[in-house]
Amino acid sequence: MKEKVIMLGNEAFARGAYEAGVKVSAAYPGTPSTEISENIIKYKEIYAEWSPNEKVAMEVAIGASMSGVRALASMKHVGLNVAADPLFTVSYIGVNGGLVVVVADDPGLYSSQNEQDTRAVARAAKVPVLEPSDSEEAKEFIKFAYELSEKYDTPVIVRSTTRLSHSQGMVELEERKEPEDKPYERNTGKNVMMPGNAKIRHMAVEQREIALSLDGCGFPINRAEYKDTGIGVVTSGIPYQYVKEAFPDASVLKLGLVNPLPRKLIEEFAARVDKLYIVEELDPIVEEQVKSWGIPVTGKKIFTVQGEYSANMLRTAINGEKLNLNEPAQIPQRPPILCPGCPHRSVFTVLNKLKIHAAGDIGCYTLGAVAPLSVVDTTVCMGASISSLHGMEKAKGKDYIKNWVAVIGDSTFLHTGINSLINMVYNQSTGTVLIMDNSTTGMTGHQDHAATGKTLMGGVTYAVDLPGLCRTIGVSHVEVVPAFDTVKLTSVLKEETARDEMSVIITKAPCVLLNKKKIDMQYKVNKNACKKCGMCLKPGCPAITKKEGGITRINETMCNGCGLCFGLCKFNAIEKVEV
Amino acid sequence: MKTKNIMIVGVGGQGTLLTSRILGGITLDAGYDVKLSEVHGMAQRGGSVVTFVRYGDKVYEPIVEAGQADVLIAFERLEALRYAHFLKEDGVLIVNNQQIDPMPVVIGAAVYPENIVENLKKKYRVIDVDAISEAKKLGNTKVFNVIILGIAAQHMNFTKEEWLKVIENTVPPKTIDINKKAFEAGYHLLALS
Repeated sequence: MKEKVIMLGNEAFARGAYEAGVKVSAAYPGTPSTEISENIIKYKEIYAEWSPNEKVAMEVAIGASMSGVRALASMKHVGLNVAADPLFTVSYIGVNGGLVVVVADDPGLYSSQNEQDTRAVARAAKVPVLEPSDSEEAKEFIKFAYELSEKYDTPVIVRSTTRLSHSQGMVELEERKEPEDKPYERNTGKNVMMPGNAKIRHMAVEQREIALSLDGCGFPINRAEYKDTGIGVVTSGIPYQYVKEAFPDASVLKLGLVNPLPRKLIEEFAARVDKLYIVEELDPIVEEQVKSWGIPVTGKKIFTVQGEYSANMLRTAINGEKLNLNEPAQIPQRPPILCPGCPHRSVFTVLNKLKIHAAGDIGCYTLGAVAPLSVVDTTVCMGASISSLHGMEKAKGKDYIKNWVAVIGDSTFLHTGINSLINMVYNQSTGTVLIMDNSTTGMTGHQDHAATGKTLMGGVTYAVDLPGLCRTIGVSHVEVVPAFDTVKLTSVLKEETARDEMSVIITKAPCVLLNKKKIDMQYKVNKNACKKCGMCLKPGCPAITKKEGGITRINETMCNGCGLCFGLCKFNAIEKVEV
Repeated sequence: MKTKNIMIVGVGGQGTLLTSRILGGITLDAGYDVKLSEVHGMAQRGGSVVTFVRYGDKVYEPIVEAGQADVLIAFERLEALRYAHFLKEDGVLIVNNQQIDPMPVVIGAAVYPENIVENLKKKYRVIDVDAISEAKKLGNTKVFNVIILGIAAQHMNFTKEEWLKVIENTVPPKTIDINKKAFEAGYHLLALS
């Protein structure tokens, strides 16, 4: 009997890559895709790396495929935007060894800056998309994706969503099948995309789309489950589970291939049911195509384009059922916050005090936008802090940005911030950039990057020297300040923002959750000395709360001993406690 | 068997993921179909977090919805209140009677509700416990979550031996003893009081 285990969707994607005989995997961390790479390193047969960004990861995988082995790239939905350039052209080139890209969308925005639908990008790139609906399928679809990739000479996207990537379910383990490396042959007509060659390859892409649409009708991953034909539902991915939960007796056409659509199969299904629904989270990608074939369907007229679906939501939308449920209590929200002892809090406290605005970036430090820190004014995408600050200066002049800085993390800086910094040097900016170096990729759960000195597979490697890098590209004023040295940071910030030349300030302190060692120092409030001024509450540390009569209290189960509050108290009411 | 719905709610960083891993392990060992749904990424940073565990003969939907939870395990009072409407009519709420102020409360933009547990008891079947104090007695506040799991185990159909076995297989090797002790403490806590 095959061994059954419980696996996170992302763990199952990794297992699928292993069983499919993948030899190279590249990725940049991003919720909800990160754990794919973190699980791939369990399999010693696969070379796996964190690349500095998704474009690089995609190109690493393309190179591996060209050389003749099966390769994987994985990323979150917005990462695919970064990797869109190689994706759109490798669609023309096709593959030698199979090439699969796992892309994880985030309906409901659990940890993202937008709610875009990868299927729309894939349609534009003319790349086939498979959509599994549980952990077992996550594994199996990866293997099928490699078969399709090699048979149809195409990269294949396997699309996940947060709910699939971060749900655990049963998986049957199978052995790895080691495919033989394909021989490499020079083929410029296929691999060099200059106009004359690309014109010819474009024809191949169009023919591939037609072939997949026809052959797809016979793929076992597309499955019609006929029951009561009064209601028919076309669905795929996680929404399939909601459909089965809410309407166990309905007929369901479960699509595994969602681009290109298996048209004949859908037409046949539509003809056999009385009322046809299309249940897809996010955009009406399937619905609009089916409608364009002249088939009447109900979709986004009754289902939302936002957030996640659920069985109850479908019951209400399809049956008009009023569910007699208790109302949720009206209570204070609990948004995510910077951890107790987070070095970003120290830096933001200083910026807040100096009334400096920050052009922000993607990372835990995006949380500097909310009260009480309220320092970050903007967040667009990875790297945008530096370039948008430059844009502000060019629009309004150098005096306008004297009370502005850009803030970006070390990992994000190496992802796409570096190009923006080169631009500031080249186009003579006078702005100030803060690289908040916490020695890791924090928000996604502590992944290494090019400046940490360690690889994904645990090897020791050269650590990019951030101050040296900044100086080399031409930044003349580079300061390194310990993140918790608020006195020094204050004076350096004043000096550098006033200067009519550009500067980089690197604030350094490891993420408090990184290599968590036992803390030996905590702080407590001396009730008798506390003057109730509230200074210690200003940084918004979750370990400090106001108690009866305005006296503050430090929660000993949460205090990580950073000492930020200790430095802020003018009345020596906060005392060190050795633990 | 009709699908059982368990929820674990709390504040990001409180250790909900470990608890759900143990739950997933025990249902799998017992031969059920099981699905667990977790929260990773930014929401884990001190935000409100929820984990769903569903097990039975065949499980489709990976989430528990309002009005469906058989057991709701809350690691913090306000989070118990936030998710109480997920309970079935005869569902049981196990709440760790701890208060962690959310940021709107810390900065004075909102007030932490008073008498949460008392008010919940008027409407639901509630078991409240000060698990942090119980964990202190064992010399490690971090295992408060396994104490609560021990209480919750009294409301699920697995034996104590099955629980201890899965704990042994799930937690880091160095912490097996303390976690087993914590489970036992929770399992017997209400029988003693």
